[in-house]
Amino acid sequence: MSQPLIELIDIEKHFGPVIALNGVSISVMPGECHCLLGDNGAGKSTFIKTMSGVHKPTRGRILVDGSEVAFASPRDAMQAGIATVYQDLAMIPLMSVTRNFWMGREPIRKIGPLSFFDFRKANAVTMEEMRKMGISLREPDQAVGTLSGGERQTVAIARAVYFGAKVLILDEPTSALGVRQTANVLSTIAKVRAKGIGVVFITHNVRHALAVGDRFTVLNRGRTLGTARRGEVKPEELQDMMAGGQELAELEGSLGGTV
Amino acid sequence: MTEQHSKTRPVASAAELIADERVKQISPLRRALIRPELGAICGTILVFVFFFAIARNSGMFAPEGVLNWGVVAAQFAVIAVGACLLMIAGEFDLSVGSMIGFSGIVIALMSVTWQYPVWLAILVAFAIALAIGALNGYLVIKTGLPSFIVTLAFLYILRGLTIFISISTTRQTIIGGVREVAAGDPLAWLFGGKVLGWLFVWLADLGLIGKFVAGPRAGQPVVDGIPILIIWALVLVAFGHVLLTRTRFGNWIFASGGDAQAARYVGVPVDRVKILMFMFSAFCATVFATCQVMEFGSAAADRGLLKEFEAIISVVIGGALLTGGYGSVIGAALGALIFGVVQQGLFFAGVESSLFRVFLGAILLMAVILNTYIRRMITGER
Repeated sequence: MSQPLIELIDIEKHFGPVIALNGVSISVMPGECHCLLGDNGAGKSTFIKTMSGVHKPTRGRILVDGSEVAFASPRDAMQAGIATVYQDLAMIPLMSVTRNFWMGREPIRKIGPLSFFDFRKANAVTMEEMRKMGISLREPDQAVGTLSGGERQTVAIARAVYFGAKVLILDEPTSALGVRQTANVLSTIAKVRAKGIGVVFITHNVRHALAVGDRFTVLNRGRTLGTARRGEVKPEELQDMMAGGQELAELEGSLGGTV
Repeated sequence: MTEQHSKTRPVASAAELIADERVKQISPLRRALIRPELGAICGTILVFVFFFAIARNSGMFAPEGVLNWGVVAAQFAVIAVGACLLMIAGEFDLSVGSMIGFSGIVIALMSVTWQYPVWLAILVAFAIALAIGALNGYLVIKTGLPSFIVTLAFLYILRGLTIFISISTTRQTIIGGVREVAAGDPLAWLFGGKVLGWLFVWLADLGLIGKFVAGPRAGQPVVDGIPILIIWALVLVAFGHVLLTRTRFGNWIFASGGDAQAARYVGVPVDRVKILMFMFSAFCATVFATCQVMEFGSAAADRGLLKEFEAIISVVIGGALLTGGYGSVIGAALGALIFGVVQQGLFFAGVESSLFRVFLGAILLMAVILNTYIRRMITGER
């Protein structure tokens, strides 16, 4: 098997007296969708922020393509090809799709000593990338606010892919979406994987994870409870691990097994 | 229970998405109409129609009348451009008015009282203003406080300092005599006087505009040039508009105001953008102050009172969103034009001038209501 795109080994993160992460390890292979499952407060957010360069780990090692790295900022992580799509911070609704897509990396057209935003190129690329992801825009200067939640996630994913992401971290991309929009986002994930990009898919929905995941890592109280391959684990087991087992089993009994 | 279920869930194909029956096509007319400036365009037309109806014969639309309200509109426009870009970047500057008084006193004090060359006085005033603008921005960024509060503090600090400096050095709040020391200065002409005088002489010779028939200026055209403040306004509006809509930096201004955190995550230098916009706002205030000092030949510690609100009103009439991330420099300039036309138009129409505020408040309200409606159409908010 080839080398992992990114590997995090025994990551610990302490915030003062609070131990947010207490030994978390995962690796992401090219073209793999690695699902990171965990209940609220399990440390998912802290972990992806460590992976994307927002936090520095207190202890532990991060390897990108086999060599150890230390990210000083999210920019460093982006340079290394690690892109993060945050659930609610992906897009600015008042701005057009093109302006959002190119935000921070606007193409430039020089006229003499002056440089201008190259809208012709930006619009053409945006329309083309959106079409590849299966979203038909009415026009590229349409505001992102007119798109649905799933489409916004897709624009953010398309943006990360276009700008050369090798590892794509998706922070609960489906948690606020309806059934059909969730399906769209999951199908986008499948398209991204097909390009050989490694996907880290954070969710607390076992069904969404099982729909696209190759491997599953469960976080609970700042630790990894282990990683399982597709087919090696039952949804009920994942659910139990996420919630810490016992209490949920009792709850589930009283709810008729629907959680 | 779940794996089977989710695997069989239909995944929408691209073709299905392209023909989305719930996306209505919108007509080209509607597309042309829904833009941030629409409210200001309607307001401008309304105001012109109104004054054309009631003050047509008062000389308001003769060349000298046009210049009269043109200068007032240009004054508003100069400070509105700075306020507009800053507001789109997500911040306010309430210290604009005090900055006008402060910069004016700095120029007059240095050039008249301390007898430095006028060009040096102007450069020092700009340097101090830019530094204060940067300090405003730095404090807002570092403390995370609303810029409303931080610049409100500077509204008082600067006004108080202006009066204090002026009284403690000259024992008065007005410093005159600037025009005399500015004569022949290599920089002062950029802020005072008129340009294109030859054009108007030529136009008068052609009989297109009138000449004075009597008095000391007999034979000269009634309009002897375009005040340089109008040129400043046009240049600043053009600069602001191009910067905002056509450059990478403009995209960063929108992004900083739209969602600073999201912008930071994709590498937009939000802090730098905001601080630069505070500095630009201070720059515009100082342009205003310098032109005013050169025009009147004096500086007074109470100049620029309430200008910050007039700038913000122009910007809001122009379609900008108070919370940032959305707006238009052209709109703000039209807002300033409405301001100038209404203020001077009521005078031409012989209407009691206190009605100016009533009229302005009504226009502000109408423009904002219309703008809210347009914005909902553009952004799909509900």
